[in-house]
Amino acid sequence: MNTIATLRKGEIGYISEGALEFIPLKLLEMGCLPGAEVELIQIAPLKDPLYICVNGSHLAIRKEAASQIQILKSEF
Amino acid sequence: MAKNDIKVALIGNPNTGKTSLFNQLTGLTQKVGNYPGVTVDKKKGTCKLSATQNAVITDLPGTYSINPTSIDESIVLKTLLKKDIKESPDVILVVADVENLKRNLLLFSQIKDLEIPTVLAINMVDQMNRKGISIDLTALKEELNTEVVLISARKNQGIKNVKDAIIKCHVAAKASPMCDANYKIDPEYFDKLKAINPNFSLYELWLMVTQKNFPAAISKKEKEQLLSFNKDVSRLKKYQHKETIYRYQEINKVLKKTYIVDKSKATDLRSKLDKVFTHRIFGYFIFLAVLLLIFQSIFDWSSLPMDLIDTTFAELSDFARNNLPMGILSDLIVEGIIPGIGGVIIFIPQIAILFLFIAVLEETGYMSRVVFLMDKIMRRFGMNGKSIIPLISGTACAIPAIMATRTISSWKERLITILVVPFTTCSARLPVYAILISLIIPNTKIFGFYNLQAFTLLMLYALGFVTAILAAYILQKTLKIKSNSFFVVEMPNYKLPSIKNVAFDVLEKTKAFVFGAGKIILALSVVLWFLASNGPKSYKNAAENVTNNIENSQLSAAELQQKIGSVKLENSYIGIMGKSIEPAIKPLGYDWKVGIALITSFAAREVFVGTLATIYSVEADDENTTTIKEKMRSEINPETGKKRFNFPAGMSLLVFYAFAMQCMATLAIVKRETKTWKWPLIQLFGMTGLAYICSLIVYQILS
Repeated sequence: MNTIATLRKGEIGYISEGALEFIPLKLLEMGCLPGAEVELIQIAPLKDPLYICVNGSHLAIRKEAASQIQILKSEF
Repeated sequence: MAKNDIKVALIGNPNTGKTSLFNQLTGLTQKVGNYPGVTVDKKKGTCKLSATQNAVITDLPGTYSINPTSIDESIVLKTLLKKDIKESPDVILVVADVENLKRNLLLFSQIKDLEIPTVLAINMVDQMNRKGISIDLTALKEELNTEVVLISARKNQGIKNVKDAIIKCHVAAKASPMCDANYKIDPEYFDKLKAINPNFSLYELWLMVTQKNFPAAISKKEKEQLLSFNKDVSRLKKYQHKETIYRYQEINKVLKKTYIVDKSKATDLRSKLDKVFTHRIFGYFIFLAVLLLIFQSIFDWSSLPMDLIDTTFAELSDFARNNLPMGILSDLIVEGIIPGIGGVIIFIPQIAILFLFIAVLEETGYMSRVVFLMDKIMRRFGMNGKSIIPLISGTACAIPAIMATRTISSWKERLITILVVPFTTCSARLPVYAILISLIIPNTKIFGFYNLQAFTLLMLYALGFVTAILAAYILQKTLKIKSNSFFVVEMPNYKLPSIKNVAFDVLEKTKAFVFGAGKIILALSVVLWFLASNGPKSYKNAAENVTNNIENSQLSAAELQQKIGSVKLENSYIGIMGKSIEPAIKPLGYDWKVGIALITSFAAREVFVGTLATIYSVEADDENTTTIKEKMRSEINPETGKKRFNFPAGMSLLVFYAFAMQCMATLAIVKRETKTWKWPLIQLFGMTGLAYICSLIVYQILS
């Protein structure tokens, strides 16, 4: 299963429609919506947290939350 | 505040330049409400909107949504839910960052649904060209059905338009909801909710249900009805999610017609800087270098103003002594109040310099990168990446550091941070360390170049920090607090710091320290002065007894006066207190004189030196510090026949001051921030107990 946590540095994915109930309200409000493009910008030195860009927002979230959010990787 | 002033609430996401706009609008009229009560930490200022109209502007903490996840954010909700009718705003001014307009409009859409007149100020428009952004302002006004202004707060552009828009919006008083998202999710459910109290907008009622926050105008019966909606938690959560999605859909519709970004024109400084600042190796090196720079500056830059303050207050005391009539009142002024105020003022340089650095780091956006780098490490010890800011601030003073924990949304992580911050070496410990180190540590070099005394001081800093971390680890394992709050940090764009914002920030925090902690330190100094200058019969007869004692007949007049002072102190109330605790502190290597200093240290730790100076009957001014040192050095422990401040006793005292909770002001702040006496009492007994045990072990092993 692909989640934000399985993205590699610099890779882009799209948040699955089915992920809605697993996204904390706070993240949702900050633009982390189903269907949105999400890019993994940087991984902190101890593999956690993750620095992502979603819907124009640059955010750091913990791996624990990131691994709850399913994504689709682009095939191209 | 005049009656017809417009009450304006300033709201926006963090990092939108909200503070810059507030500073531009209000300038030096701003005041911080009631330090540091959690619910009333609001900045206010007045602003002249036109020749005839003024506004009172309240700056609310930055938030991404009205649904709060931290104490800071809950202030916004409380203000907007009209908890207190007098405070409820007439107009809300929402500040948005032009680059993140979509996300910023989420908060705007929530505010709009509260049905309060709202002005939208889109900030940092001077960046539009560089970012390839264009906005159709007329269309946007129409779509959002409100006043919209483009501004650049830092460059002081568009401020006049903001003022005009506030007046216009206030006069029109039009307040229609933007989305009414909820109706579209489940009309039947929300019709029932709306029926409870038609005086409130649907969204306000919905917030009361989801946030369990009820204004005074809600009756008991209505409250019960609202709470019945709260029973089905999963449904509530689902509807909140749906509401957010719906809001974004509406926002996308609006922006599609009015907002265009040409990505090809965007230049990206951010990713280049991020590569360096969040690098797995360089990132930590840069952070370490920044920390070293901060500490170096705190000590280098502050020594001159601190000396100046010290001598000024000593001179002021002398001046008052020589010019005031003899009497109890002038004693109070000369020995209680002036040194008390001096004891507060002396910390201002160090605290201001530290806050200067923290403000710059926050303004530039670097602090978020530090949080990102440190989160995993801090989490192992039950804290949070955001805990790093309080821990650094704690090296100046624990009080502002504890206030800085408010941004940590997890209660457990925040509480642990609050509890361990006082272990970090605050500036009040420095004078104590300095005098003890110079007494017991030889002034020699180790490894050929490093001064052993400086090295000891460094080790004491390390001891404080390591203890804080270990205490956090133990608390994490023992505290049974459930808190499942969510960690997210925005990584803002890098910016040059605005001098105005930094200056206001430093001014505000320093003021908070002076008037918050200062009051307590001053009050305690006066109490201590009273206890030290009053006593039972033996105190009152001290002068007579000393003068009549034949042993003293050889002394000069000055020496005799000093001797009288010393005997007086011994027989004062505080001397009696010191003597009564002597049995308890004897195993640590201290006598009643040190006992007095330990008691007085509860006002502020640095009082230790001044108290010992009084006890050893010397004047405590600059020229005489060597005299205090000499007196302390020659003090003999009558039981062992050895020096009182020998190596074991000195080390034991150093350890005691490193661990003990000896700051009333900190305890008071912890009480206010945690809203119970439980945690400050745990700190007081836990830390002081630890200090006692460790000092006991140190003294017994070394002696």
